[in-house]
Amino acid sequence: MNRDLQDTKSSAILTALTEARRGSGNAALGMVLTLIIDVNENEHYDALHAANSAAREHPCRIVTVIRRPGKSAPRLDAEIRVGQENLLGEVIVLRLYGLLRDQADSIVLPMLLPDAPVLVWWPGQGPLIPSRDQLGMLAQRRVTDAAASSSPTASLRQRAQEHSPGDTDFAWTRITPWRTLLAAALDQPFDEIIGGEVSAVRGNASAELLAAWLENRLGIDVIRKSTRGPGITGVRLLTRRGEITLARPDGRLATLIRTDQPNRAVPLPRRGTEELLAEELRRLDPDDVYNETIQCIFGNKPDSKPSSKPTAGRREPTAAVQAGRAKEAAPAKKAAPAAPAKKVTAARKVAPEKRVAPVKSVVPAKKAASGARSKT
Amino acid sequence: MSPVAFEANNPLRDPRDRRLPRVAGPCGVVLFGVTGDLARKKLMPAIYDLANRGLLPPGFALVGFARRDWADEDFAKVVHDAVKQYARTPFREEVWTQLAEGFRFVPGDFDDNDAFDTLARTITDLDRVRGTGGNHAFYLSIPPKLFPVVVGQLKRSGLSARNGDQWRRVVVEKPFGHDLKSARQLSDTLNDVFPPDSVFRIDHYLGKETVQNILALRFANTLFEPIWNRSYVDHVQITMAEDIGIGGRAGYYDGIGAARDVIQNHLLQLLALITMEEPVNFEAQSLRLEKTKVLSAVRIPADLAAYTARGQYAAGWQGGEKVLGYLDEDGIPKTSKTETYAAIKLEVDTRRWAGVPFYLRAGKRLGRRVTEVALMFQRAPHLPFAATATEELGQNALVIRIQPDEGVTLRFGSKVPGTAMEVRDVNMDFAYGESFTESSPEAYERLILDVLLGDPPLFPRHEEVELSWEILDPIENHWARSPQPEPYRSGGWGPDSATAMLARDGRVWRRP
Repeated sequence: MNRDLQDTKSSAILTALTEARRGSGNAALGMVLTLIIDVNENEHYDALHAANSAAREHPCRIVTVIRRPGKSAPRLDAEIRVGQENLLGEVIVLRLYGLLRDQADSIVLPMLLPDAPVLVWWPGQGPLIPSRDQLGMLAQRRVTDAAASSSPTASLRQRAQEHSPGDTDFAWTRITPWRTLLAAALDQPFDEIIGGEVSAVRGNASAELLAAWLENRLGIDVIRKSTRGPGITGVRLLTRRGEITLARPDGRLATLIRTDQPNRAVPLPRRGTEELLAEELRRLDPDDVYNETIQCIFGNKPDSKPSSKPTAGRREPTAAVQAGRAKEAAPAKKAAPAAPAKKVTAARKVAPEKRVAPVKSVVPAKKAASGARSKT
Repeated sequence: MSPVAFEANNPLRDPRDRRLPRVAGPCGVVLFGVTGDLARKKLMPAIYDLANRGLLPPGFALVGFARRDWADEDFAKVVHDAVKQYARTPFREEVWTQLAEGFRFVPGDFDDNDAFDTLARTITDLDRVRGTGGNHAFYLSIPPKLFPVVVGQLKRSGLSARNGDQWRRVVVEKPFGHDLKSARQLSDTLNDVFPPDSVFRIDHYLGKETVQNILALRFANTLFEPIWNRSYVDHVQITMAEDIGIGGRAGYYDGIGAARDVIQNHLLQLLALITMEEPVNFEAQSLRLEKTKVLSAVRIPADLAAYTARGQYAAGWQGGEKVLGYLDEDGIPKTSKTETYAAIKLEVDTRRWAGVPFYLRAGKRLGRRVTEVALMFQRAPHLPFAATATEELGQNALVIRIQPDEGVTLRFGSKVPGTAMEVRDVNMDFAYGESFTESSPEAYERLILDVLLGDPPLFPRHEEVELSWEILDPIENHWARSPQPEPYRSGGWGPDSATAMLARDGRVWRRP
């Protein structure tokens, strides 16, 4: 059953939803989570399609938030889909106009399922600091996709700086099959591993994560090699007497090569959005291993000496960033905001717009750093 | 070092990293009985689904063995058709191509020495070409009477022998014998060649998510455990009903019957999971310990005539379709005494369950296909309502639905809207199956993977099998001395004697 509501509000949407559910005769009370999709009009069809497939494994309420461009009066339009074929949960599509674009959290809040976990997914560019995003603050789990941004590795690095538990990125989800095969390879007896190499198309965020994971887990240096793709094309682990290599030149079929053993072929196709989302929905607690890995990318590896470059931004944050932090940490951190209360409120107001700028300016420096690294 | 020890030392593994599934190490499967229904409908699709989910090792090999004049390609074609028709996950060409490269077929009879020598050479060759590492599972999807000759051949040809860290495992399907004696013989035959921990008995029921969920329901929650005992539970009903007849299985079914077919394995395993105490952990050993403990405490009724019932389905109409009676089915002798419906009452002599009857029933051509466990709770000791207000109030019930429509139902009283006080039963439903069926793995996927990983918790060991035969044997003996089973109407809920059996205790069967 489909219902369109124009110029409406949250309570009316919820009433309509209950009626629609009754009308279609299914009491969809088995829903296990709320999935918020923050997306633009162009991408919403594909995102919703993927979410519907993922909902077969995890029945959920899907709340899609679309902010409409243009200068119009504040208005909220909603679409409700319940009890259709191939649809196990419920779908609410919200379109926000004018000033309401900045009030998404207040509209979505009443629509969260009681007690159930909340996951927010940005199929597109997404916020730089997911945990401080309006919608991100409603959720336990925040899923971004670095590959959807113009510069994947840069945005991964930026998010790594402000990472908070519960954030994950599709760049990480994409390499689960790689990690699975590599871990399985080391379930068998192996020689001491002395080095490694990850080859991928230039600027691939997943390759960056895979290399960081291997460095962190194996305590080796991993060389990043750029190839023509598609995606990641191979991982090589050098051992004392040979190598363990997983090569995937065509993006479909991989070969596991171990010294003194026959080559073994294994399918390793690139994963679709549905599959990625379904995997994310499977874990609703923070991913500790991802947290560790992403800290390594940022250079906070426990064993590495503190390099001044990456942390510089942290030690001397610009005024706007500091204001943004003060907002969060105000009650706890009494010493820091020495400025009068008035000033802080003033800064707070401008923070949302200005916050973005200084962080972005870090990009070129970072890029240079990563370039230098891969040359070594 | 055992494979588990290697995994513990694997720097890429982290218990917190739950994204990473366990993938079987290098290995292959040898399938006996490739032309059977089970192989085509369940095993081959499950192997493909595992490959598609990336859970089979690179270089996995599947060897078929049968009395057919096939080449490897013919075998691949058979698997291909089975996968296309029955696999759960979408067909992907690259997965198939890679998998099919590891297919081999060895033609021959089970008593043909040459054929088994060829099989041995094929496997050595696979170790060299595909890198299966000398690890092989022999899946005997064949009638149990052929086990001794096949197992003997495996020994003779040296196929069961392993070197160093390699493993050789044997997988058998139910029935695990037809009484205690034959079950022991079967164990002896297998254990003669394979050590007990290399023998995997597949009871696909135990691979079902809902069955595993019983453990989660009981031991992960605080809500149910306090009432999970004789103080609150009045009685328990375990039902496995099928709406089909024996179909083409006359040869297998006649002489076996409902009790041996499903009560001995599925229903008694469910009983064990429902009644066992909390295991100290979820290791195979601890689970088995609790299950054998409780199975050894099961007591059969003293009066077997009064507290067991059996029947045969009669000709009639079932759900708008005309069906044959059991004695009219093809290949069934007119004088057959085999039951197609069996009901028994059991008690569990433990502090937790003393005095609580467990009613088990299984049958064919019943109202609908359903398997469930229903815990019926005692009525409230006192009802502060007028007698008329609670006339429609039944017993509270917790129903674990195993199939279809997996889930849990809680049944309790609720006020009927209106001015008068009137209480009626309502259902609270958790639909586990409804929402998960499409993507939750088939039981066989889980079980085959567990065989390849060498992970035994979900497989019954010979101790459990023997204990359940000890429970069933006296009942079967009693039935063997009794007259013809009572006929019952197809499409109903069983013979009158089953209804009478519960009526003696002042109870009624739930309509599932």
